[in-house]
Parts: sequence; structure tokens; C-alpha cells
Amino acid sequence: MSYTLQQNHLDGIENILKDQLPQVGIHCVLFIDMAGNIIAEYEAENTKHDIPALAALSAANFGAVNALAKMIGEEDFSVLFNKGERENIHFSKVLDEFLLVCIFDNEVSLGLLRLKIAKAIGKITEILKS
Amino acid sequence: MAFINLKKKEVQVKIVYYGPGRGGKTTNLEYIYQKLSRRIKTEMVAIKTHGDRTLFFDFFPFEMGKIKGYDIKIQLYTVPGQVKYNATRKLVLRGVDGVVFVGDSAVVRREKAILSLENLKENLATYNKDIFQVPLVLQYNKRDLAEQGIPILPIETMEQDLNSELKVPFFEASALVGNGVIPTFKKITAMTIASLEKELK
Repeated sequence: MSYTLQQNHLDGIENILKDQLPQVGIHCVLFIDMAGNIIAEYEAENTKHDIPALAALSAANFGAVNALAKMIGEEDFSVLFNKGERENIHFSKVLDEFLLVCIFDNEVSLGLLRLKIAKAIGKITEILKS
Repeated sequence: MAFINLKKKEVQVKIVYYGPGRGGKTTNLEYIYQKLSRRIKTEMVAIKTHGDRTLFFDFFPFEMGKIKGYDIKIQLYTVPGQVKYNATRKLVLRGVDGVVFVGDSAVVRREKAILSLENLKENLATYNKDIFQVPLVLQYNKRDLAEQGIPILPIETMEQDLNSELKVPFFEASALVGNGVIPTFKKITAMTIASLEKELK
């Protein structure tokens, strides 16, 4: 079994990743599915992460946290945020099957970032449903 | 569930090595990684316990080349085999496209292999996947134990225990020295890609 996204869908998602999220200081952003497949990605020129590993670990981590949510009677935790000394990761669920993973440093305003991510998710959802 | 990227003409496929604890799943992946290391750009990810047992999974991606004009990217995973880790094992199976079941040939591990295969069937069913439909290869590992005087099950017995209904391809292996590892990998890759071929236009 497999699924396909059309070129116009992928173009739309990539444009959101590369045009709207880096504006607020996100330097790496992945749009993946819950199996860990990479659908779209953006990475600033000066960053070099191991994208496939990031995707696999993000999907697994999100899956594990959602299993925890169910154990305590929650449907899920739709947002996850991991804070480091310099770098941070923000995970947001998009529909039931996808995940938006944003990596950014401490100079980014978290409020603004959340706002931008919420807007981006709205647009990505529109594209996926179209 | 494989993702077909029409824009990049690329297919991403997930293959999971499943089986009882200490059966050789990680050893399979380590051997493949070592043999293909020139073609793999990244490190192998391993989430282990302090005792060096798989806690969540091992993982690495591998670019197989082109089929029907599509770049095929294979993502290889193992699951933790220990019974107590079923919740994480189930998570790794999400979106799986092909499975290698690694069974331990040792006589003393016979029951564990049977239970683990049953567990695979149940866990696939939670994702609405039927073990009879998913591309699956069995590997009867640790055939080399016989050389150390450890009793192993005859292949006929393992076939009877594990494959009498499934009737899927099987391979004898000694993953520690690499015997049977690459043929198993080639077979599951070919079967998984073949299952997608109709969708690759």
C-alpha cells in the first residue's frame, strides 16, 4: 500500500516551508508522515542535519508521546516542544498522518514562532484537503 | 506505507526487521550497514538500553537506485524484540511496507520465535494489515550455533512452526558472520518494490 501527493501539493507545501517559516528564524523544517517518510524539507545553507535520521526519530518520538497521552486518557498531545541550551525542536501534528518538525535557536521568539507555525499548518491542511 | 513523491520521482519504503529478543535483528542491520557503507551517507541510528539491547529501534536509510525512473529509498528498521517492549515495537511497525522475521534457530528459543510471529500478526492487524498480504521473508538465524555444540532446530521444524501457513520465502543465516544476510535483504527489497510496482507509472 502506498500514497502519493501530486506535484502541485508538494510545490505548495515546499513553498510554505521555505518562504514562511524561515522568516521567523527556523533554520530547519521537515514535513514528514508518521511512518518517518520525508515529504518536504527546508534547511538553511549553514545547517547540515542528518535529515532521514531526524525524520525517523521525530516520527517515533511523536508516536511514543501519543501512546503516553492515550495511557493517561488524552486523545493525543498535538504539540511537542523540546528545549535545548542553543537549539530547540517543535513538533506539531498536521491532520492525523503528518508531522511538522521545526528546528530553531534561542534567538527566536517562541510566541511568534507558534503563530507562524499555526498559520503554516492551516495552509498545509488546506493544500492536503484540496 | 510507502510514499511516492511524483515531483522528485522518488519512492520511500519502510522495511522492518522483526523477531524475538536476541534473535539477530540488529546484527542483520549492522552487517548490511557495514557491507553497504560506501553507499550510505549517514550514521546508523541505534536507541539502546545500557545493557546494549535495542530499546526502540535501529535505523538507517539506503538508496537503492532507480526502478521505472523512480529513485528508491529504503528505510531499514529493527524493533526491540523483548516481550515487554510491545508498545514501542508497535510504533515502529507504523507504515511498514515489508517485514523480515528473524527467528532464532536454537532449540531453547523455539517457543519465543512462535510467539513473536504471532505478535507480529497481531501488531500488523492493529494497522489493518494482514500478515498474509504484507511482503514478508523469514530468516532462520544462528545456524552456526550447531558448530558450537548448541542444539538447533532442523529447517523442516522451523518451517513447520513458522511457515506452514504463510508459505513465504525463507533463508538460513548466521548473521554474525554475514551468511544469508544479504540474500534475505535482497529478497525482501525485491518483494516490497514488486508490491508497489503497479503504482509506479
